[in-house]
Amino acid sequence: MARLTHPPRPWRGAVLLVAGAYFLVPLLASFVFTVDVPGTGLTLSSYTQIFAADGFTAALLRSLGLGLCTVALALVLTLPAALAVRLSGSGRLRAVLEVVCTLPLVVPPVALVAGLGTVLKWGPDQLATTPLYETFVAIQKPSFPLILVFAYVVMALPFVYRSLEAGLRAVDVRTLVEAARDLGASWPRALFAVVLPNLRTALLNASFLALALVLGEFTVASLLGFQPFAVWIVQASGSNAQLSVAVSLLSLLLTWGLLLVVTGLARSRGPVKSRKKEAV
Amino acid sequence: MTLTTTTSTPVAITDVERPTRRRGRRRPGAWLAAAPLLAFVTLAFGVPAFAMLNGALSVDGSYGLGNLSQSLHGAYWTALLGSVKLAATTAALAAVLGLLLAQAVVTSRGKALREAVLTASGVLANFGGVPLAFAFVATLGNAGVLTTKLGLAQHGWSLYSFWGLALTYLYFLIPLMVLTVAPALDGLRPQWREAALNNGAGAWQYWRHVGIPVLLPTLLGGFVLLFGSAFAAYATAASMVGSSVPLVTMQIADALSGNVLVGQENVALALSLDMVIVALLVMAVHLPLQRRSARWLA
Repeated sequence: MARLTHPPRPWRGAVLLVAGAYFLVPLLASFVFTVDVPGTGLTLSSYTQIFAADGFTAALLRSLGLGLCTVALALVLTLPAALAVRLSGSGRLRAVLEVVCTLPLVVPPVALVAGLGTVLKWGPDQLATTPLYETFVAIQKPSFPLILVFAYVVMALPFVYRSLEAGLRAVDVRTLVEAARDLGASWPRALFAVVLPNLRTALLNASFLALALVLGEFTVASLLGFQPFAVWIVQASGSNAQLSVAVSLLSLLLTWGLLLVVTGLARSRGPVKSRKKEAV
Repeated sequence: MTLTTTTSTPVAITDVERPTRRRGRRRPGAWLAAAPLLAFVTLAFGVPAFAMLNGALSVDGSYGLGNLSQSLHGAYWTALLGSVKLAATTAALAAVLGLLLAQAVVTSRGKALREAVLTASGVLANFGGVPLAFAFVATLGNAGVLTTKLGLAQHGWSLYSFWGLALTYLYFLIPLMVLTVAPALDGLRPQWREAALNNGAGAWQYWRHVGIPVLLPTLLGGFVLLFGSAFAAYATAASMVGSSVPLVTMQIADALSGNVLVGQENVALALSLDMVIVALLVMAVHLPLQRRSARWLA
């Protein structure tokens, strides 16, 4: 054991102390900022007026809706592909998907939005006389911009694909499917009753990551001129700094809650997996 | 948001993969199942990427490198350099500080502390964008709690500067580094150290000849990962400093929304292409290094 041969290291305590301060102070200070309003004194009004704030509910609901659509679309697209790689064992398909699902990481959101914006301008410029134009208008409805869902699915793709890949790697899908099929299950039944339950953790994992991404996303939405939650906060900050910091703190807690669930799931997967292995 | 790494850590080790090549049947069904995904990526990613490339390379209706060369001059070049400088500085600082923090946690006795720090890192590494900016504005901005309580403004402090932005970026970069190097530090076996000490090496010699060489791929890989994430960041800077610190992401956004000059869209696309090239370089360095360090961690 290394630790027996070593004297206690004072630097460790110092490092932990400094790190603790650095990571906690901004959070505490933000809280103080929201409750200690200059001229008013201690008040919780920053928090109580959130729901009454102009546009808050609409923006939040819009973000949640976009998030759920993103999760659904990302899973519907990615799951069959990841399963196919696993079941067919096709090396070429695997390689293609690896590349396809890594590429979005190479394009920063700002660059993605630059490309998207250019494509969207083709609508009025060149397609005005074709039926495609209607599609272009429809996906840019300010109340529910589908174009954002497309962008978010692209951005979430690397994370979703990797989560599913990892989940699929942890169970022997091929044996499961073959067993189910040999026992007379139809393909859909094998999929929904056998494969998907085994992938529950990976599916939840992927969903939470995609949802957290959408809830915090600012770049694409603001540059395309839409107003989901993160964009709304920035606009609200102009008129009421306390309110925007309060909403930021709350959204932070929400996102962290989501991510803590993910981390918890990731941790709990360990023992479950080993039990499964013993059973096999 | 830099959604990364929370999931990737504990999974890869116990892989129950079985060799599949022995069943060499061709299954067109597999490609069929992947077709919707491939079609979607072509439309939602490929077309914008093509539009970007096309726009970046077209000048007045014909192809040329005019936009690209313009994107490497004047204010655009300054912004590109500013982004590289900020990303390199914060990534280097975060790499060192993250290594220290990870080492402090990994060598500590308490398992609870370790779990807590790693979980918190997973959460904080994903904390970017607007809420982070506002937390720092509330803390260290002009009317921030610490600024007013400690009278920092008199000492020349400004959050809306290069170092203010760097301090803010470290908030999500350090945890990202902790997540990256903690497994590598775990991989440093105590036996190696004991062997070195038994052979008469000092602690410094152990680190110089064993520890650092083993960690190096991870450290470098971590550095480029952090660099990429700081380089691509936009929301934090945009909602915090505006354009007082020149950054390439801000320039692209300005040019796209026509804030500066009309008709600069193609230069914005050229700048985006510059960013993609930098990101490609980052990936080209990161992926092989990650593979190399995986050898030691197995």
